[in-house]
Amino acid sequence: MNPFSYARPTRIDEAISLFQPDSRYIAGGTNLLDLMKENVVRPAQLIDITRLPLQGIEETAEGGLRIGALVSNSDLAWHPLVERHYPLLAQAILAGASAQLRNMASTGGNLLQRTRCYYFYDSTTACNKREPGTGCPARSGLNRIHAILGHSDACIAVHPSDMCVAMAALDAVVHVQGPQGERQIAFNDFHRLPGEKPERDNNLTDGELITAVELPASGFAEHSAYLKVRDRASYAFALVSVAAALKLDGGTISAARIALGGVAHKPWRRAEAEAALVGQSAGDAAFNAAADVLLQGASGFEHNTFKIDLARRAIVRALTDAAKGVAP
Amino acid sequence: MNSMTSPLGKPVDRVDGPLKVTGQAQYAAEFQVPGLLYGSVVNSSIARGRILQIDSSAAEAVPGVVLVLTHANRPPIASYDKAYEDEDSADGASFRPLFNDRVLYSGQPIALVVAENLELARYAGSLLKVEYAAEPHNTDLRARLGKMHKAPAEIPPERGDVGSAMASARYRLDVEYSSPVEHHNPMEPHASTVHYLPDGQLEIHDKTQGVQNCMHYLEAVFGMEGQIRILAPFVGGAFGSGLRPQYQLPLAVMAALKLKQSVRVVLKRQQMFTFGYRPRTIQRIGIGAGPGGQLEALTHQAIGQTSSFEDFTEHVVEWSGMLYQCPSVRLDYRLVSLDMYTPLDMRAPGAALGVFALECAMDELASAAGVDPLALRLTNYTDRNGNQDKPYSSKALRECYEQGAERFGWSKRLPEPRSMREGNQLIGWGMATGVWEALQMPASAKACLGPDGRLKVSSATADIGTGTYTVMTQIAAAALGLPMERVDFHLGDSSLSKAPLEGGSATVSSVGSAVQKACEELRQKLLDATQQSPESPFTGARLEDVSFNAGNMVLKSAPETSVDLQQIIAMTGALEAEVSVKPGEKRNEYATSTHSAVFVEVRVDEALGTVRVTRVVSAVAAGRIVNPKTAGNQIVGGVVWGIGMALQEESQIDHHLGRFMNHNFAEYHIPVNADIGAIDVLFVDEQDDVVNELGSKGVGEIGIVGVAAAVANAIYHATGKRVRDLPITLDKLM
Repeated sequence: MNPFSYARPTRIDEAISLFQPDSRYIAGGTNLLDLMKENVVRPAQLIDITRLPLQGIEETAEGGLRIGALVSNSDLAWHPLVERHYPLLAQAILAGASAQLRNMASTGGNLLQRTRCYYFYDSTTACNKREPGTGCPARSGLNRIHAILGHSDACIAVHPSDMCVAMAALDAVVHVQGPQGERQIAFNDFHRLPGEKPERDNNLTDGELITAVELPASGFAEHSAYLKVRDRASYAFALVSVAAALKLDGGTISAARIALGGVAHKPWRRAEAEAALVGQSAGDAAFNAAADVLLQGASGFEHNTFKIDLARRAIVRALTDAAKGVAP
Repeated sequence: MNSMTSPLGKPVDRVDGPLKVTGQAQYAAEFQVPGLLYGSVVNSSIARGRILQIDSSAAEAVPGVVLVLTHANRPPIASYDKAYEDEDSADGASFRPLFNDRVLYSGQPIALVVAENLELARYAGSLLKVEYAAEPHNTDLRARLGKMHKAPAEIPPERGDVGSAMASARYRLDVEYSSPVEHHNPMEPHASTVHYLPDGQLEIHDKTQGVQNCMHYLEAVFGMEGQIRILAPFVGGAFGSGLRPQYQLPLAVMAALKLKQSVRVVLKRQQMFTFGYRPRTIQRIGIGAGPGGQLEALTHQAIGQTSSFEDFTEHVVEWSGMLYQCPSVRLDYRLVSLDMYTPLDMRAPGAALGVFALECAMDELASAAGVDPLALRLTNYTDRNGNQDKPYSSKALRECYEQGAERFGWSKRLPEPRSMREGNQLIGWGMATGVWEALQMPASAKACLGPDGRLKVSSATADIGTGTYTVMTQIAAAALGLPMERVDFHLGDSSLSKAPLEGGSATVSSVGSAVQKACEELRQKLLDATQQSPESPFTGARLEDVSFNAGNMVLKSAPETSVDLQQIIAMTGALEAEVSVKPGEKRNEYATSTHSAVFVEVRVDEALGTVRVTRVVSAVAAGRIVNPKTAGNQIVGGVVWGIGMALQEESQIDHHLGRFMNHNFAEYHIPVNADIGAIDVLFVDEQDDVVNELGSKGVGEIGIVGVAAAVANAIYHATGKRVRDLPITLDKLM
């Protein structure tokens, strides 16, 4: 880890004004400290934001929920309003990391966690995400955990979050504040596909700070399911995860959301797949058809083509569970 | 007079438990000495080649950095291979850290940065600019099969006539199994704290399974005979990784000698993937069997990887010549040299691999012959070790099968694969046999009864979490009839009585026998002391005429005649006995082994391929169990590891880079609590008066052996799919 300076402001505008191009905001530090120890990132300054007034979970005028960026993953998952109205989000959070990590990790930080690609973490190897232009050894190397959708020649890494998959499905909105003021970013526009610039995980600009994540009123509480498929029962990143949410009118689907984790550089949604479900009767035929649309164009590498079929099966299972109204 | 029951065989708590749970037990990286400096190791990023230059100017310019040690400026070390050998050396020339500019594997230590604190040392290490002349490397076992060579191991010669027995067999099987590299990954990383004493001698706290092994190694490498003492009172798990001196130790010593200051070197988790490991192995099993599944011919070939500088061998194939009755057996063992570090003994070395293949093949035979897998084992049961053509000193494997099956409910198993299910979950029941050697090594121990009435017993062995402190305390307390609270056992100090490496499940058998013998000698000395005066009531009594109980020596024929041991010591002063014990001659006539029967239930998600091991019963025959609690811990730990071996563990190598890539605990998977269901351990009675005086065989390894096979067999029963390549990840079951 390189030497760095440390600041702990108490006001948001103060934090933003302290920010330099080689600064990093730090909250729980559950990912950033690892990255620093491995010399993957070498910030000259850490701006500790844990004293900023970004705590708290409040109901919004529209009947939704505004979640402060510093709310811990544990507090969010076990919050009574989240358990009651957004069980999909609670399930997704509890499927991630370990109890200890969830106690430290913040809501904003969860959005900003970085890929678990082996090459990204090993600073003796090339990696376009870590050092742009050096190449991507994962394409011809160990790529079992890598992307099947939305990857580019430059990068095949996946976003590791569970929480973000549920937030994407729920149409959350990210509130940010930066040197140019405040703005809101729709969840699907927050993370990026790697394209030519895999070093950029998201669309935040320099100095912008996540202040809150807002959930709309509808949490699909009656019919939702988060399914995470992984190599062990806990403390492993998703090979494939599915956030599925339905509204049912009798046996007929009136609204649907599906987002995938572990398959792309961002939580993967496709409006056409959800539209294909509306008006259909809940069942294998409709679920498989939606999976076809959602996975259109999927392609794998030497060790991860199984994920395409796995994703299809997981989508069908998660939608089945959601329709039943039971947790997986 | 109070009577006391013997602590032998009792599930007593660990005597070192309170120290551990209150944080008072100190480990190698925790000992503080004045003026301590901190070293951080820099490892090579190429797998083979030469170091052309290490530019350390930027690192040396960091305030607080005191030394960048490389092959170019290290203190003198021995040049002959012989000096680098240790008690667990493989065939060949041991690795010599910072010896020259050659890079032999990716992750090889190439520099040590020493600074006033660890963070500075680590940061400065990142500033080294290393220029290499890389050479083409080979790290892929399968790609190099054409270059394999015969392993330098004593493999039993072919017996019977395999060719014709195979040709005439009713059932024939020829199958290949493979398993990946796995790393030991004990919780405590390797660490050495070298205390540089004013007279230039070194007192070193090291993470090791053999303090004297490390001492002799350093004495030879640095020419420092009699000037080094190694201490390892507590070891946070090792599993074989501490059998050989690891590179942090000589590196820390080099820095201490060069600076004439105390130095600590701790490896980080990623660096725990830069030395020994369980080798990737490809195995081929051939079976010829009669109509009822009776074995007529068996062949077992193993191909393991090794380094370019040593030939590492372990007992992979021998088990196939001894576990069952079979007239014709051919065993073969080959190695492939790769540009990687030398493999290293790891939990049940060889057996964990070889028995996996054999016991999966037996399951395949059971399916082919339409025989119940347990019945097949009983059909082929033997009381003799066919490799040695000797009877077993004891073998209660039949009881393991019977009692394990009963506990598990094996008789309710439906024979057809895919015949048991619950919703999306396919349920499978599988079983396997486990076997390990019951070894004994020469060992010494000292026992001293002091005027305070306390018995001090010591030997230079180790407690790597296995319960050595506790079990030796039990043995000594039982031998002298003292309450355990009055016994102190010392270990982990190279200045103590000579002990073998703590490994191979041989510590109770070896050191325990020495402890028992030392205490017996002390009994004789105590009796002799009471007979100094002619009017002693013990006059004429021989050792077998007295018993030791509750701190007293008692005349058996007249129990009212007793003397407090402390009274004897008050007259004589402290009494001491030091003994060395070798394996008994009567062992020569027999084969000695531990056995187990493992029964496993799995649930496999039919669509997603995820596997849960919901139940395990492990029935173990290991002679006398000195402490069922610590022994049970060993078996449970072994079972958990076996589940990990079956389903998760794999050190993944990028062969283009010649480098392990999943080198941390997030990506190198071992089971977490959520992966583990009920584990039921039972020890069957097994009397053995051949194996050693205690009748105890040791349990460190047997717990893992057979588990991966039982899991794989249960998965077959659940799904109808034979996965012969470990680990059985979900993609192989979809």
